[in-house]
Amino acid sequence: MRELDVVEITKAVKEMCIEANHFLSPDMKTALNKAEEREESPVGRKVLSQLKENLRIAEEEMIPICQDTGMAVVFLSVGQEVHLVGGNLTEAVNEGVRLGYTEGYLRKSVVRDPLIRENTGDNTPAVVHTEIVPGDRVDITLAPKGFGSENMSRVFMLKPAEGIEGVKAAVLTAVKDAGPNACPPMVVGVGIGGTFEKCAILAKKALTRPAGEHSDIPYVKELEEELLERINKTGIGPGGLGGRVTAMAVNILTFPTHIAGLPVAVNICCHVNRHVTRTL
Amino acid sequence: MDKYLKLPLTSEDIASLHAGDSVYLTGVIYTARDAAHKRMSEALSRGEALPMDIKGAAIYYMGPSPARPGRVIGSAGPTTASRMDKYAPALLDLGLQCMIGKGKRSDEVREAIVRNGAVYFAAIGGAGALLSKAIDASEVIAYDDLGTEAIRKLTVKDFPAIVVIDSTGRDLYKESLKEYCVE
Ligand code: SF4
Repeated sequence: MRELDVVEITKAVKEMCIEANHFLSPDMKTALNKAEEREESPVGRKVLSQLKENLRIAEEEMIPICQDTGMAVVFLSVGQEVHLVGGNLTEAVNEGVRLGYTEGYLRKSVVRDPLIRENTGDNTPAVVHTEIVPGDRVDITLAPKGFGSENMSRVFMLKPAEGIEGVKAAVLTAVKDAGPNACPPMVVGVGIGGTFEKCAILAKKALTRPAGEHSDIPYVKELEEELLERINKTGIGPGGLGGRVTAMAVNILTFPTHIAGLPVAVNICCHVNRHVTRTL
Repeated sequence: MDKYLKLPLTSEDIASLHAGDSVYLTGVIYTARDAAHKRMSEALSRGEALPMDIKGAAIYYMGPSPARPGRVIGSAGPTTASRMDKYAPALLDLGLQCMIGKGKRSDEVREAIVRNGAVYFAAIGGAGALLSKAIDASEVIAYDDLGTEAIRKLTVKDFPAIVVIDSTGRDLYKESLKEYCVE
């Protein structure tokens, strides 16, 4: 059995926190370039060119892309043939977040208790989703999530009879309500099926799929394309100031569900859709 | 139309601003977000003074990332303004002149803007690195214990913003949506 010291996980998470907050992934940069080509509104084009300039400054001067450096969401796929040694896995992830956010001059945006609201001072804890998978590798995906867009996310428990039209209406409702608050142009993560909590996790995970890649399920791919087109007809535009590009991608993940239900989660993300993956 | 303006704005400046105008602001602005607004509101209800002279002031809804050594500030873009809607009308009635943030405002805030001849600007959400370049000085003046949520006095030069709600109550978000919606 392969042994892996959790110190390696701490080290990777630390570096990924700093990387994700200063260097946007190539898929998102391509999406922004495409958005700029497509945008017709003059103010929309100006916003998009400023967002590109912002990315350049962030990389060159090591200033976070956005001051909301997010709550750290971590997806771990742990191979069942890996023996983790050297400490507790969750604590190792949190230590990586602590080091990344402190040494990387990232904002500490986490409060210990949702109602008492005292800042933890180091951006921990992370939200960790762990899955045990075949193999002897550990995949870590880190997605720091800003709350301007997180606050505009929704879960809809639809009736099966509402079907695909119900899903479309739910996504469009969430996007329109989000409007300028979610720092458009957005990326829209959608989870369909499962249970109440499963669809929300799927929606979050969908945001980590590179923008521009589609589902392998033909009807889901069509749905992604149709929703993107319809979202871009709302007129919200870059910065919410009016225009043709309101979203750069709609990413959908599905899961089996119960005979009585059709859960749909819409996780809205801003143009700073940060996600980095590493395999150990 | 691009306008270069000095803060505090004069009443003529305010009257000349229309929803959709691009502005570059120079002068002093104060940062405050959720926790600082809650404290200011508690101070007011106890009859205490606010940490800044609110008359003619500009408040930027922003909590920066930490400054690297030798830098003035870290990333410094706007946060969602609607979370401050509960507090903004009282501050506007006390003389708050400009709010800078991102996103929609409530009808109560829009009415208080019109009633007091104020203005709501949006800065570009998610452009914190770019916006930090317009900040020349930053000093915590109150609620230091709140960390990123402390009140900071910023000196800005040509800080880019867009008029979203002007002193007549016109709302750019609503108008531009109508212009570009093709559903
Ligand atoms: S929604 Fe995204 S871009 Fe906007 S402030 Fe939050 S993290 Fe930054």
